[in-house]
Amino acid sequence: MKWITKLLTSSLGQKLIMSLTGIFLILFLIVHLVGNLQLLAHDNGESFNIYAAFMSHNPFIRVISIGLYAFILLHSIQGIALWLTNRKAKGGHSSKGKVAGADWSSRNMALLGVLIFAFLCIHMGDFWVKMRFTDSLPLVNYPGHEGAVEDIFSRVHVAFQNIWIVIIYVVGVIALAFHLVHGFQSAFQTLGLNHKKYTPLIKGIGWLYAILFPLGFAILPLYHYFNL
Amino acid sequence: MKLTLHIWRQRSSKEKGSFETYAVTANEHMSFLEMLDVLNQELIEAKKEPVAFEHDCREGICGACSMVINGRPHGPVKGTTTCQVHMRHYKDGDHIWIEPFRAQSFPVIRDLVVDRSSFDRIIQSGGFISVNTGQAVDANSIPIEKDQAGEAMDAASCIGCGACVAACPNGSAMLFTAAKVSHLALMPQGAIENERRVQAMVEQMDKEGFGKCSNTYACEAECPKEISVLHIARLNRSYFKSMLTSK
Repeated sequence: MKWITKLLTSSLGQKLIMSLTGIFLILFLIVHLVGNLQLLAHDNGESFNIYAAFMSHNPFIRVISIGLYAFILLHSIQGIALWLTNRKAKGGHSSKGKVAGADWSSRNMALLGVLIFAFLCIHMGDFWVKMRFTDSLPLVNYPGHEGAVEDIFSRVHVAFQNIWIVIIYVVGVIALAFHLVHGFQSAFQTLGLNHKKYTPLIKGIGWLYAILFPLGFAILPLYHYFNL
Repeated sequence: MKLTLHIWRQRSSKEKGSFETYAVTANEHMSFLEMLDVLNQELIEAKKEPVAFEHDCREGICGACSMVINGRPHGPVKGTTTCQVHMRHYKDGDHIWIEPFRAQSFPVIRDLVVDRSSFDRIIQSGGFISVNTGQAVDANSIPIEKDQAGEAMDAASCIGCGACVAACPNGSAMLFTAAKVSHLALMPQGAIENERRVQAMVEQMDKEGFGKCSNTYACEAECPKEISVLHIARLNRSYFKSMLTSK
C-alpha cells in the first residue's frame, strides 16, 4: 500500500485529488440546480418541499451527500495546502509587469475557493442546518403526499426577501463562475486529458458551464426577491 | 536612446537584494545583452561592480541567459530568449526593470545569476536512456514515423533555461520535466524506461521544492521554445499509469 501514499502525496497526486473531487463537485452542481429550479414553481412550495424531504431522507442520497461533504472539505483543505506550498516555492514575486498566459481566475483559484467556501458556510447554515438539526421549520401537508414535510420553501422565500442575503448569493455564484472558468478545463489537463481533437470541446463546455450554472443559481434568489 | 534601468543587485544568496537605478545610452541595433555590456563597461571604468548576468551562445540556443525583464522571463518578445531581444523593442526614455528568475529552487548566486542545478539533478534522476557504450548506431537502423519524430523533437527543443519556472506563479518545473520525459518517451529507445523514468523525475522535481502545477499555462506562453502544455498532460497520464502498473 506504500504506493498509494507515494502517489497521493506526490505533487501530481495532490493535483489528482483536486481534479477528481473537483469533477465530482461539478457534477453535483447539475443535480443541485435541476432540483432547486423547483423554487421557481408557483405551487406554494409543494414540489420543492416534497423534493427536499426526499433528498434528506432517502438512504442512497444520504450516503452520497456524506461523500459530498467529505469531498468539499478534501477539495478545500488540499487546495489551501497547495496554495501554501506554492507560495513558498515561488519565493518572491516579480515587482513589475506581469507574465503572458495565466489569466486572472487561474492565478486566484485559492481566493475564489475561499469566497465559495465562505458562501457555502452561510448557505448551509441558513437552510441545511435548520432542516437537518433543528425543528424550527413548520410542517405542512400536501394532498396526495403521505405524511407532513418541513416547509423549507417558505424559509427560502423569507431569506430571499433580504437584500443582503441576495447580494451574498450573487457574489457567491460570481466567485463560482470564475472558479469554474479555470477549474473545469484544468481538471481534465491534470488527468492527462489534453488533445487537440477534444480539448477545444472541453474548453467550450467549460465556458458554457461556468456561465449557465452560476446564472441558473443567481436567478433563484433574484426571482424570489422581485416576487416574479 | 536614453534608458533608465532598475536592476536587481544582490551580492549572494545569503544577503538581501534590492533594485538599483542606472542610466544607459543604447541604440536600437544592440541586443539586450549588448546594452548590458555597455552598462557594465561604464561601471568598470567608474570602478564600480559590474552587473552579474549569465550568457553563453547569444544565439538563442543554449539557455544560459536568464532574467526577468519588466515582469516577463526573457523579455517582451514571444518565443525568444533574452539574448535575441533587441533594443528596437524599446524607445527613448523607457524604464526597464531587470531582475533574476524568481523561485525557491533557483537561489540567487549574484545579481541576475541564479543557481539552476536543481534542473541538472532532475535530469540525473532519469532524463537519459541506458545503453551500452560502443560504436554509434546507424541513424536509420530504427525507423521512426515522421510525426512521432517531429513531436519528440518539439519536446527536445527545450533548452532548460528555467523560464517556465520563473513564469509560473507557483514556481513549478512541470513544463521542463514534462518536455524531458516526452522527448525520450516518444522515441522507441527511450520508451522502454519510461515507467521508471517518469516516477524518478517527478520524485526529484518534488524533492527540489518546486511548486505544484495549477495549469495557469504561463509557462507555455513564456517559453522561448514555445513548448506545449500537451507535454504536461502526457507526463500526468504517464505518471498515473506508471504508479498503477509498475512493479
